[in-house]
Amino acid sequence: MQHVSPIREPLVTGGKTYHDVTEDVCRQVEAKPNARWAAAFAVSLVGLAIFFYSVYRTLWFGIGEWGLNKTVGWAWDITNFVWWVGIGHAGTLISAILLLFRQKWRTSINRAAEAMTIFAVICAAMFPVLHMGRPWLAYWVLPLPNTFGSLWVNFNSPLLWDVFAISTYFSVSLVFWYIGLIPDFATIRDRATGPIARRAYSILSMGWTGSAKAWSRHETVSLILAGLCTPLVLSVHTIVSMDFATSVIPGWHTTIFPPYFVAGAIFSGFAMVLTLMIITRKTFKLEDYITLEHVESMNKVIILTGSIVGVAYITEFFIAWYSGVEYEQYAFINRATGPYWWAYWSMMTCNVITPQLFWFRSIRRSLTATFIISIFVNIGMWFERFVIIVTSLHRDFLPSSWVMFSPTIIDIGVYVGTIGLFFTLFLLFCKFFPVINMFEVKSILKSSSEVKHHPNGAMHGTNKDSHTNTHP
Amino acid sequence: MTKKFVLGIYDDEDVLLQAIENVRAAGTKIYEVFSPYPIHGIDDVLGVKRSRLPIVAFFCGLFGMSFALWMQIWMLGFDWPMIIGGKPHIALPAFIPVTFELTVLCAAFGMVITFFIVTRLRPSLKVNVFDKRSTDDKYVMAIEVKEGVTDISALNNLLRSNGAIEVNEKEVIK
Repeated sequence: MQHVSPIREPLVTGGKTYHDVTEDVCRQVEAKPNARWAAAFAVSLVGLAIFFYSVYRTLWFGIGEWGLNKTVGWAWDITNFVWWVGIGHAGTLISAILLLFRQKWRTSINRAAEAMTIFAVICAAMFPVLHMGRPWLAYWVLPLPNTFGSLWVNFNSPLLWDVFAISTYFSVSLVFWYIGLIPDFATIRDRATGPIARRAYSILSMGWTGSAKAWSRHETVSLILAGLCTPLVLSVHTIVSMDFATSVIPGWHTTIFPPYFVAGAIFSGFAMVLTLMIITRKTFKLEDYITLEHVESMNKVIILTGSIVGVAYITEFFIAWYSGVEYEQYAFINRATGPYWWAYWSMMTCNVITPQLFWFRSIRRSLTATFIISIFVNIGMWFERFVIIVTSLHRDFLPSSWVMFSPTIIDIGVYVGTIGLFFTLFLLFCKFFPVINMFEVKSILKSSSEVKHHPNGAMHGTNKDSHTNTHP
Repeated sequence: MTKKFVLGIYDDEDVLLQAIENVRAAGTKIYEVFSPYPIHGIDDVLGVKRSRLPIVAFFCGLFGMSFALWMQIWMLGFDWPMIIGGKPHIALPAFIPVTFELTVLCAAFGMVITFFIVTRLRPSLKVNVFDKRSTDDKYVMAIEVKEGVTDISALNNLLRSNGAIEVNEKEVIK
């Protein structure tokens, strides 16, 4: 039997029984969608329509629909790509790294955070694929024997590493997520009343019965997958940062990039998890499972990673000066005081200053403050990528090629569109999948629930028929 | 063929663990125990052997690593050598990221596919759940009834005296 110190705050409040957990989580899967969900879904579908229109314009008329020019060949597309991939990192961090560290508070948020990871990576993948211009030839990035002589892909290129990193990350995260969903699908299957629901969840649950042997293997598989995902998640953003760091562009050619990008990814990912969780717990009345304790824990991660990011910004500046390289120095002076000064200082304000407010306990435990700061961090991290990419490129080595970048309406449309795509997927997930990992919450209920006595519902009304004798 | 089972329903994991020990000590073979979540320590009392899936993962990972290294060395070093950035044809440090990713990919997929096969998990409409409450809030201990050998009423008493809240009989088509 696990033991948790009594001075720790309970992870599940409201004196829930096992059956209550099942009821609370299955409710929105089984009930008709509520008005808030329907309204949010309608707005997301508008976003999705914008996405399809912008993609249609990009594909029909070509990349010229975007605001790219000869000097700035990468701008919003890669900014959005890195932003979305970064957001994805929190899900894997919560489900894999916190599992290895035995942080039990992850149990009620890991499911939704992993879903967020998968949908964020889907959104991220749209940008490099669209930027190819001819996405139907996307398979050219794979090492396939081809009809042009057996000319192979360049394994020395970080862009190719990215192909392998992102696709491995996506497929392994998807499998990890699905493995965790199987027992919960079985719970929904065994409660399902309608024939369609019963069939759908039967297929999804793959005949899970919850036998001791299956659980033993399930736990082993989860642990090993967590062990594999931990270096994987760190490798993904490392490789993304190498897209920049292995080039010789002043402002990009820095060894600090991999750890700085990984910290930034976790930072932005936790901000997005908070944004989503604060809305989800309210909409689906899950306040007993996602408590202020959870919000506070996530805010602590935000202070840590936000401070690492802040130190990295200052280090970059210092090293640019210390290196004595004129071009490197100019790249940084230009960031802070050049024509894109507003982007730089937005980034500094949102990423370095606002998260420091979380040193105050009252702010860490305030939902409104957390929600606002999480939005600030999301914006700040978008600006970080924009600053790194556009300010390093727009003043090229020859002043004759100095230009400014301005996005077109299609640039904005693709970006807003992926947000619509993300929320469409996330809302469908909320409706049809259990948003909280039921079996993991049940496994901590006895040790970390608010009510310390028998949590199994001898007092509970709905299973009166089943308790013929009582236990102490 | 139908098989008959006696099901002991429990509603507390500690009572269940004690019951498993007592039932096994009484010389009764437990067919299977179903629970809504993994119970800490059930493997020892039930005698479930430690899973060998990590070994599968290791060898699949080893295969992924060897395959990735062979693929890159053969493609860029032998099949179509090109000078890229003045580096040697077989630039091993640059091959590490792809090697790492394929190691993880093969280890994860190899292990998960093996897990599905050995646990007999596959998309199917037919599900043999002994008691539907075992995916909600109850623990179910199933004991197989052998015609003419098993004394059902003695079994009933054994389970009840060890804290079962209900004892049912169920026939399952295998």
